[in-house]
Amino acid sequence: MKHSEKVLLGHGGGGRLSRDLIAEEIVTRFADGGPLQGLPDGALLDSPGEAIVFSTDSFVVSPLEFPGGDIGCLAVHGTVNDLAVSGAVPLWLSLALIIEEGLEMALLRRILDSVKRASMEAGVQVVTGDTKVVARGQCDGLYINTAGIGRKIESFQLGVERIRRGDMVIASGTLGDHGMAVMAAREGLSIGGTLRSDTAPVHRLAARAAEWADAVKFMRDPTRGGLASVLGEIVQEGSFGIELIEGAIPYDQGARAVSEMLGIDLMHVACEGRMILICSPDAAPGIVSAWREMPNGAGAAVIGEVTGEARRLILNTDIGGRRLVDIPQGELLPRIC
Amino acid sequence: MRYIDGFRSGAAAAAISEEIRAIALALEEKGASPRIMEVCGSHTMSIGRYGIRRIMPCNVSLLSGPGCPVCVTDAAYIDAAVELARRGVVIATFGDMLKVPGSTSTLADARSQGARVHVCYSPLEAVKLAGDHPGDEVVFLGIGFETTVAPVISIVKRASEGEVRNISVLTAFKLVPPALEALAADSRVAVNGFLLPAHVSAVIGSDAYRGFVDAHRLPSVIAGFEPLDILLGIKGLLQQLADGSARLENQYTRVVRPGGNPLALALMEKYLQPADASWRGIGTIPESGLELKEEYSGYDGGKRHGVATTGGNPDPRCRCGEVLRGILLPGECPLMGRECTPAFPVGPCMVSSEGSCAAHYRYSR
Repeated sequence: MKHSEKVLLGHGGGGRLSRDLIAEEIVTRFADGGPLQGLPDGALLDSPGEAIVFSTDSFVVSPLEFPGGDIGCLAVHGTVNDLAVSGAVPLWLSLALIIEEGLEMALLRRILDSVKRASMEAGVQVVTGDTKVVARGQCDGLYINTAGIGRKIESFQLGVERIRRGDMVIASGTLGDHGMAVMAAREGLSIGGTLRSDTAPVHRLAARAAEWADAVKFMRDPTRGGLASVLGEIVQEGSFGIELIEGAIPYDQGARAVSEMLGIDLMHVACEGRMILICSPDAAPGIVSAWREMPNGAGAAVIGEVTGEARRLILNTDIGGRRLVDIPQGELLPRIC
Repeated sequence: MRYIDGFRSGAAAAAISEEIRAIALALEEKGASPRIMEVCGSHTMSIGRYGIRRIMPCNVSLLSGPGCPVCVTDAAYIDAAVELARRGVVIATFGDMLKVPGSTSTLADARSQGARVHVCYSPLEAVKLAGDHPGDEVVFLGIGFETTVAPVISIVKRASEGEVRNISVLTAFKLVPPALEALAADSRVAVNGFLLPAHVSAVIGSDAYRGFVDAHRLPSVIAGFEPLDILLGIKGLLQQLADGSARLENQYTRVVRPGGNPLALALMEKYLQPADASWRGIGTIPESGLELKEEYSGYDGGKRHGVATTGGNPDPRCRCGEVLRGILLPGECPLMGRECTPAFPVGPCMVSSEGSCAAHYRYSR
């Protein structure tokens, strides 16, 4: 049978075309002797026998492919990372596709391959899913939703209420690369550098930090709104403040160039493969040097400290000034994840 | 980025800050508390972003003048734009204008009710928009200082050369030198020196301020937007005050030439003529604006569509007029952070990312 090289509305109609698409493009990639066998309505999973963490995220990034990644690996990393910063080992993912009629089949295959590659690298299995096709103009190429289940790492006792004055704030690497790489791709900005999205799984960073589990109080992947939103949010909740040191925050030179051109503060820009962690001061040097040995944590650094000044998020600037760090108003950069 | 880093060096900043402290101390011994005003929104933002106020000695005040183009745009102008949008005209605008309150409404309100308001990053996008929608009338909101006038007026150039016919510009251009004159003449403002704008000066040239500096004997330094530029500019102003001199200095020689940008000036000269302009909260300043010359008045969005951009009734609680002249500091406004926030602005200084109230809200509360 001749196959269309574009996705047709009929591919989502529930008939033969749908079955062919799912059987040939999805099941072949994700079965692999795992729980996804055939096309049942749900996956039967063996309970890990402990507390589980469950999370979901939807992905609408434009463009679908960008320097350093695409919507496929992003959809895996996004949910894996949500589980990881909740203190869980990610185990299973669901994968739901909403495809616009007319999407190039070759592009869909590349993205599905990317989903497969990313899930293998992260050690998670895609165990159930769904595919819908909508008429042209009703979505922009492809939207993906993933949900994930992970096994809670028992030793972690994460909680903003445990954060104390003198605790250290650590970033696992350069901040804002993902948002700036996507914006540069979308706006056609050529900065001649090597700026790439940082999209990556962070669960191994979390697992490594579990060696200092008692000392770790907070982990978060700084996605939309970036570092400023993550820290701005937690100082609002607590009786503490945070002071950051501008010169200590790792940034990529290419990301800085794009942010200057667009007039955007990199502290507001999303990452998809970084972690912000707060721990007691004695554990900070160990976590930073452990992370620096890992491929995904080479740029790890202590970027600031928890203060007793309640609700104040302060930046000490390179030139010796001090200012408040604001939380971005509304949506700064639409559709970057 | 390596190029920029040189203008953000911590070591150099520390050295200049030390010099600033020494000069300020000498001034303090003479009983002087200098008030320095910047008149450019990008300076306002840089001062906030790099925390420069915290470096200043306590007898030196940095004030923000009417340097944000959105902030000085009259409520009546917003009213006219909203009226056009409601009539079905396609409005093309820089994004900052969306949330500026007019007398009763904003362009964002009009858009949510179905009006077509299109945010552009470049005026040429508006030309393309008009080309793509030949059956619609497009009006570009032409606000801004000398920096943005030439790019905006290139719309009129293209339209008058026949590229598109269905576009016009609702003009509310503002000029910096006449505003400086008005500030210097206002006894309540009481400024001791001006940090002059970077990009405006790149267009009009440093010579454009000579008449002002000679007439008012006020120290004036043109400075760039990087933190070291600003620190050097402030140091230059304080040094003049300490020496008892009042000169025009150009710290930003890597960009600003005495004669400015001849291409931009020629474009402005060809299409525009000086006109009185109304500044929000301040009032009319003679010859402080630009309007299209008679032969190009067909591209004047106000005349073409019969809307007036004068009058208007802004919220009476708003004290942006005093803030824009440095009479009231943003933090002294009773609305700051309470009734007036970036999400729900009462006045224009809170709306624009370059507004002095927005800068205070973001960086200094």
